Amino acid sequence: MTEQLRAEGRVDQPVQPSDGSRAERRKRGGRRRRDEHQMVPDATFTSYYGRPVVKASPWEADIPAYLFLGGLAAGSSLLGAGAALTDRPALRRAGRISALSAISLSFAALVHDLGRPSRFVNMLRVVKPTSPMSVGTWILTGYGPLAGIAGAAELLTPLTGRLPGPVRPPIRLLGRLAGPAGLGAAVVAPAVASYTAVLLTHTSTPTWSAARKHLPFVFVGSAAAASGGLGMLLAPVSETGPARRLAVGGALLELGATHAMESSMGITAEPLHTGTGGGLLRASKALTAFGAVGSLLAGRSRVAAAVSGAALVAGSACTRFGIFEAGQASARDPKYTVVPQRERIERGESAGA
Amino acid sequence: MPSLSGPLPDPAADAGWEQSQPRKGFFTDTSVCIGCKACEVACKEWNGVPDDGFNLLGSSYDNTGSLSASTWRHVAFIEQPRTPASNTVSLGMPSTVKPGEAMNPDSATDFRWLMSSDVCKHCTHAGCLDVCPTGSLFRTEFGTVVVQDDICNGCGYCVPACPFGVIDRRIGEQGQKNVGIAQKCTLCYDRLGAGMTPACAQACPTESIQFGDLDELRERAAARVESLHAQGVDTARLYGESPDDGVGGSGAFFLLLDQPEVYGLPPDPVVPTRDLPQMWRHAALAAAGLLAGAVAAFLGGRG
Repeated sequence: MTEQLRAEGRVDQPVQPSDGSRAERRKRGGRRRRDEHQMVPDATFTSYYGRPVVKASPWEADIPAYLFLGGLAAGSSLLGAGAALTDRPALRRAGRISALSAISLSFAALVHDLGRPSRFVNMLRVVKPTSPMSVGTWILTGYGPLAGIAGAAELLTPLTGRLPGPVRPPIRLLGRLAGPAGLGAAVVAPAVASYTAVLLTHTSTPTWSAARKHLPFVFVGSAAAASGGLGMLLAPVSETGPARRLAVGGALLELGATHAMESSMGITAEPLHTGTGGGLLRASKALTAFGAVGSLLAGRSRVAAAVSGAALVAGSACTRFGIFEAGQASARDPKYTVVPQRERIERGESAGA
Repeated sequence: MPSLSGPLPDPAADAGWEQSQPRKGFFTDTSVCIGCKACEVACKEWNGVPDDGFNLLGSSYDNTGSLSASTWRHVAFIEQPRTPASNTVSLGMPSTVKPGEAMNPDSATDFRWLMSSDVCKHCTHAGCLDVCPTGSLFRTEFGTVVVQDDICNGCGYCVPACPFGVIDRRIGEQGQKNVGIAQKCTLCYDRLGAGMTPACAQACPTESIQFGDLDELRERAAARVESLHAQGVDTARLYGESPDDGVGGSGAFFLLLDQPEVYGLPPDPVVPTRDLPQMWRHAALAAAGLLAGAVAAFLGGRG
C-alpha cells in the first residue's frame, strides 16, 4: 500500500535521511528558482512524513495588524507629546488622534483574535513576567487610557462651543488633563512598541525565536518610521521636522537591524526570503527605503512629504505581516525545527533530549 | 521568582504547592508498542474528547496525524525498509499465517515497523504554562501541567510556545465543547486525584505506557535500556528523561528505537523561557532607544 502511495508522491519516506529537502522541492512543484539570498545549502534531515514538529500559532491577520497598529500608536504618542512641549499644535493634534485611533483598532484586533473574546478580562486575573502577553496587557492597560484622554481631548475640545452647556465642564477637564496624559502615554509608549517583539520571539516558532536578539530593534525602528510617516502625512511641513527625523532614523534602524537579524539566523532566515513572508519583507524594504529617501528630499513639498510618509506607513505594515508570515511558514516546515537543533547537538552545544 | 530553566527537583513545590505529591508521569516504552491505539480510544472515552475528522492520511496506519486539541494520545507508525541495527526486536508483518510459523531468522524481512504513542510531555519547565496570560494553564500538585478550560480565553499563545507542538486551540462549530480553547493531555488529573491510573496507561495491553512516580519510572526505564542493549538492540535510547535537557526533563518520557525526529519529536527541545531574561533586556534597550530617538528628533535640527 505504502509503496503505491509513495509512487503517487503522497507519502514522504519517513526514515531515509535527506528526505526533507526533496519533499520541500516536491511541495514547490516545478518552480526551482533558488533565492539568491539563501546562504545555507540544502540541509538533510529526517522527519515524520514531512509533518511539522512544532505547531504554528493559530493567529490570523489580527495579530500582525495589532503589532503594526501598536507601533503606530506608540510613535504617534511620542510625536504628540513632543509637539505639545515644543508648541506644534497641528503635529500634536495629529499625533494624539492617530495614537487614539491606532490603539483602539489594535485593541479590537487583539480581542477579536481570541478563541473566546468574551473572556478577554481573564487577562487581568494575573500579572506574569514570564508571559509577554500578560506583560503587554498591563502595559496597554496603562497606556490605553492615557492615550485615550489625550486623543479624546483633541477630538472634543474644538466642538466645545457647539455642544450643550452641561457637557462643557467635563470636556474642559479633559482638555486640562490632555497635557499630563499625553506625556504619560509617551513615557509608556516605547514599551508598547518594543514588547511585541518579545511576544513573537518567546515561542518555539523557529524564525521568530532565532530573531530574538534583533527583533525588538526592528520593531521600534518600524514603529518610529510608521508614526513619523503618518505625522508627515497629516501635519503641515512647517511642523513636521521632528516627524521627518523620527521617520528617517526609524527607517535606518529598521533596515540595519533587519540586515543584522537576517545574517545571524542561519537556515531559519530562509522563510524571510521566500514565500508570502519573503514577498512582504521585500516590499517592506523597498517602501521603507523609498520613504526614507523621499523624506530627506521632500523639502517644503507637502505632496512629496505625504507620499514619503504613506510609503513608510505601508512599509511598516509589510514588515509586521512579513515577519508574522515568515514565522508561521517556519513552524509548518519541520526542516526549520530539526536542522538547527541537530546542528546544536553536532556542535556539542547541547546533548539533546 | 520561580526557576526558568535547568534541572528542578520538585516542580510542584517550585510552583508554590506546600504539600506537593510525588511527581507523576508516563514512561512510554515504544519497543513493546503494538500500535493498537487503545490509548487513543481510552483517552477520548474518558476525557470526552471529540473526533478530529475521519481522514485517511496515507501514512501507514496513522490516520490521526499528530497531537492536537482533540488528540491527546497519538500513535505514530513508521515503516522502515531497512533495519539500521542488526538485532532489533522483530514485531513481524500482519499475516494470515499462525504466529511463529513464518517467524524464523531466515524468513525475516528487511523491514521494521516502529510504533510509538506520543503524549504531552508535562515538562519540568513548560513553555505553554509560562506564556499563558490568564493563569488557565497551571502546575498541579502532581507536577503535571493542566488547562483550566473555564478560564482559558483562547489567546492561542501556548500553541507556538510548546517546543513539542502538543497543545492546540480546538476548532469546531461554536457551541461545541471547548471550541476556541486550548486543549491537551491532563495526565487524567481527575483520575489522579482519586488515586487511579490515567486512562491510556490503564488501557495499554502491552504495558508500553507505564504510569507512576517519576523517580521510579526513571529507574525502570534505565533498567529497560540496559536490558535492550544487552540483547543487542543498540539503538534503544531514552528521550525526555534527562533533567539536563532543554526543558529540565519531561514528566512523560520515552524509550525510542531511532532518532527522535523519525517519530516527529524535536531532537533538542528548549523551553523558550530559558532566553526570556535576555529578550526582555533587548526589548528594554530598544524601548530606551526609541525614547532617546524621539527626544533627539525634537531637539536636533530645524523645522
